[in-house]
Amino acid sequence: MSATTTPLTNKSAGLGFPKLKFRAKHLLYLPLLLMAVFYLLPVYVMLITGFKGFEEVSLRTMWDLPSTIRFDNFVEAYKNLAPALWNSFNMVIPAALISSFLGSLNGFVLAKWKFRGADIIFPLILFGMFIPYQSILIPLVEFMRSINLYGGLPGLVLTHVIYGIPITTLTFRNYYATVPKELVEAGRMDGTGLLGSYWYILLPLSLPSFVVVIIWQFTSAWNDFLFAVVLTSPSNWPITVALNNMAGSQIIAWNVQMAGSLLAALPTLFIYIFLGRYFLRGLMAGALKG
Amino acid sequence: MTKNRDSILSVLLVSPSILAIFIFVYGFIAWSVRVSLSSWKGLTPDYTFVGLQNYLELFKDPRFHIDIRNTVIFTLVFVVGSLVLGITLAILLDQGLRGESFFRSVFLFPMAISYIVTGVVWRWLMNPAMGSRMSGLNLLFSNMGLDFLVNQWHLTPYWGIAAIGLAAIWQMSGYTMALYLAGLRGIPPELREAAQVDGASEFYIYRHIIFPLLAPITLSAMIILGHMSLKVFDLIIAVAGKQIQLDVPAIYMWQTTFDGLFFARGASIGILLLLSVAVLIIPYLRYTLRTEAEV
Repeated sequence: MSATTTPLTNKSAGLGFPKLKFRAKHLLYLPLLLMAVFYLLPVYVMLITGFKGFEEVSLRTMWDLPSTIRFDNFVEAYKNLAPALWNSFNMVIPAALISSFLGSLNGFVLAKWKFRGADIIFPLILFGMFIPYQSILIPLVEFMRSINLYGGLPGLVLTHVIYGIPITTLTFRNYYATVPKELVEAGRMDGTGLLGSYWYILLPLSLPSFVVVIIWQFTSAWNDFLFAVVLTSPSNWPITVALNNMAGSQIIAWNVQMAGSLLAALPTLFIYIFLGRYFLRGLMAGALKG
Repeated sequence: MTKNRDSILSVLLVSPSILAIFIFVYGFIAWSVRVSLSSWKGLTPDYTFVGLQNYLELFKDPRFHIDIRNTVIFTLVFVVGSLVLGITLAILLDQGLRGESFFRSVFLFPMAISYIVTGVVWRWLMNPAMGSRMSGLNLLFSNMGLDFLVNQWHLTPYWGIAAIGLAAIWQMSGYTMALYLAGLRGIPPELREAAQVDGASEFYIYRHIIFPLLAPITLSAMIILGHMSLKVFDLIIAVAGKQIQLDVPAIYMWQTTFDGLFFARGASIGILLLLSVAVLIIPYLRYTLRTEAEV
């Protein structure tokens, strides 16, 4: 038995490297740093290119730092993308709020007031978040045409709300399932009905879940391309479609494209930086295991 | 009595959502199936029934063969790459090093960004130009003396789609890492300690204790990533536009339907995509919901 080399009091979360290997543990920073470089490389290029003046931009010197900080590229990109950025905000905020609210209602009923057939309905709803949207795209376009919502933002909002229902329902259901039954039952004894127990008992407890779900829906609607490109006309293009169009054009230089990419990424990046904890929880909910 | 009223009310509360899902998911799928069995070409809908003809044509269509080949290559590169990178990063981060949360945030941030942004940036990183017009990663490799790494990226014949897989790994491996990290954190430390007391080597502990416990996570991750690669679309569009050598079913569907107005063919591709996703996802949903019920 070689147990003597491994002090049981070693509190490090991981392997509990024996003392003589202590230096070896620091070697682990090497692969970690290398990987961090891999993940940050595109950001580095986006940033340094964005801050270069027009005269300094050349593919040959792509990796060199800018000699002075200039905002030409951002100004130019913003001029091109501003309408699309606002379209995105106008579309994403209502979409995120409405689908979160619906998800909260559904989650509440499915977790606390199960009706007959709920166990069949729930998986059927969930399946909706995995389908390739190509399989419903033609009917969706035809339907939006027939109700006169094709081409504009309201149709896109409606689409995001509906296809957002599965994930928002799932997240809220899993959250409400952790709320003790006794809380709801105590309310029932006091004569609080269904709506009352939702409004007075569960909703006030739901703030963290709302944050998780709203930022998740915000991010996925902001980042969506397929629905947007199929359902909106150019004046209503959200940022992803406008950026892709800009990148495909021969007229707009790559440095402006880089600045545009950063502008397009900023809102969700801010959310990630400041609310990362909630973002991560939404991410894990998507894998079903909350 | 109130209980009775409440159970009606509960159904009323969820029925708008249920109705919406039934129309927009299942109703639309049925509608797509009907389109796929029709001869609809051009702007006006035409539901003349032609049986499986569109599907049969697809199986003979050289472009669809390219799509399948590309999907297979992309899936292999993307899934294997994300799993290997994900578990490696998770194990490294699980060693209790300082700065863990910083590294975790760095590895995960691409998840917050759209495929379009990723695609536009990687398009310039993977610029295939050679000689004096060399730039991006090729230029970096060349400056570092790693000329053997200089390549044509997505323009590489046959394997070009693997370059898109690389950008997809960049975007999604952090997610795999997060799944594995959650799994590692769920393993009781006593298990490791017991093995260490028995003198097991670190390698042995990982090989015989930790990896088997992570197997269910690997399976979930494979299914989630696998179904994502069947749907890959925006990333390819943003890196390379519509190029036949990088074609995949999702792009073919979009192009043939909305540019070419071959609605029936587009619907057939959509339904085939759905079937391939369903084969992965339905068993996964059944398994997950069943294990959940047991807990």
